[in-house]
Amino acid sequence: MDFNDEGSHFELKEIQTLSGHTDRVWSLAWNPATGTDDTQPVIASCSGDKTVRIWERSALTRSWDCKAVLEETHTRTVRSCTWSPSGKLLATASFDATTAIWENVGGDFQCVSTLEGHENEVKSVSWNASESLLATCSRDKTVWIWEVMPGNEFECASVLQGHTQDVKMVKWHPTMDILFSCSYDNTIKVWAEDDTGDWHCIQTIGESSNGHSSTVWAISFNAEGDKMVTCSDDLTLKVWEADIEGMRSGDDQVLWKHISTLTGYHDRTIFSVHWSREGIIASGAADDAIRFFVESKDSAVDGPSYRLLLKKEKAHDMDVNVVQWSPGENRVLASASDDGTIKIWELATNST
Amino acid sequence: MVSGLINANPVVYEKKERRERPTSIPDADEYSAEAIDQLEVDIKDPEHPYSLEELKVISEDAIEVDDRRSYVRVTFTPTVEHCSMATVIGLCLRVKLMRSLPSRYKVDIRVAPGTHATEAAVNKQLNDKERIAAALENPNLVEMVDECLAPSYA
Repeated sequence: MDFNDEGSHFELKEIQTLSGHTDRVWSLAWNPATGTDDTQPVIASCSGDKTVRIWERSALTRSWDCKAVLEETHTRTVRSCTWSPSGKLLATASFDATTAIWENVGGDFQCVSTLEGHENEVKSVSWNASESLLATCSRDKTVWIWEVMPGNEFECASVLQGHTQDVKMVKWHPTMDILFSCSYDNTIKVWAEDDTGDWHCIQTIGESSNGHSSTVWAISFNAEGDKMVTCSDDLTLKVWEADIEGMRSGDDQVLWKHISTLTGYHDRTIFSVHWSREGIIASGAADDAIRFFVESKDSAVDGPSYRLLLKKEKAHDMDVNVVQWSPGENRVLASASDDGTIKIWELATNST
Repeated sequence: MVSGLINANPVVYEKKERRERPTSIPDADEYSAEAIDQLEVDIKDPEHPYSLEELKVISEDAIEVDDRRSYVRVTFTPTVEHCSMATVIGLCLRVKLMRSLPSRYKVDIRVAPGTHATEAAVNKQLNDKERIAAALENPNLVEMVDECLAPSYA
């Protein structure tokens, strides 16, 4: 599909609004093991109402329903949630300073482990590709790496210090055991394990290296894992690139380089960014809008540039906190908002 | 309670005559205009038995409203340059607006340029919604905010 085809007009069609949370919805996650030929897609969402909800699409009606409400475990806001790559475990990070691990046992979600250690609000949690490591981050300025042990045991492998303010998000590289964190201190940090098994910060991307000038809220990778996009309170998206072959061969001198800044599109804080498998970057922001960007075909010799494909104004009644592409179906997107709802969308084309 | 006041002897100003707020747009939301007027009279200083208006922490001119864009910007002036209460005052202003304005409004709160030693840090904190959400789950802070917003101080 050529996004630059002049004859194509893109339109964001709302498929369904999911209501049930009684406070702002902070985040959501598609279960990566669902939505294939023989399973219906499943989404987990988390909220200021201290609960996590599990939503599933009906095979018969294709309508989404709430299948479970995970409550009475977290005592404060549940800030983020993420499924393990196998889809078997769900991790939830809460302002109550804990991270909970949930397992679906015969259709019933049970909290099988609680990870304690952070001093205060846990803001984000991420699984590595092989499901052997988990990372969490907090307002306490630290990033923790947990080793996944047999029997739902999680052992702290490292406490990473370096950020000077709260850490907003942690994200593992999609294929390699390299961890990325972004912070209220305006930086992005890259962490890797050395030969002795110690974790170190191998790169800090700050304002002086073409980085962001305010809080960095989120990070997302392209399908190949050689580019990442970050979004910020400075109203820009930034795209970064690294030599993935060099990284794979163990060269720890490989650095992420700035290749493009998408500026002038957003007028309030950008909270979420997500790169689809086919290359469409979606952003969710405090101006209630969802935007889509693609690489421009006029990309010059000095690197790729990106252009706005579509802006959906008033996608929600309030701030859009998260946008996430479906891992199963192409061009299906879920978003969640301060308005308490989750919306399922389809990015459709009308050829003229 | 706070032990050792940050500014023990603040200058207290007369309450101003309330002037008619010009409503530039015919279908301006009256509910919100009223909420904004209430903002000035209702909020008590965290340290003193005076309203923020009496201490000139906020004035009518410091509240910019754009009804068409559903946007409000509040610029307040801490009583002293090193006022450690600035973030609490800002939090009170935000909570007051959250409770009284329709949810379609976007609100930015900041200290007046040049009036606080750590202006940029205060402004950043006051506009980080995640920090605000976390603060409002802290019972001690909520109690302090509620006390400032209690209408019965006079």
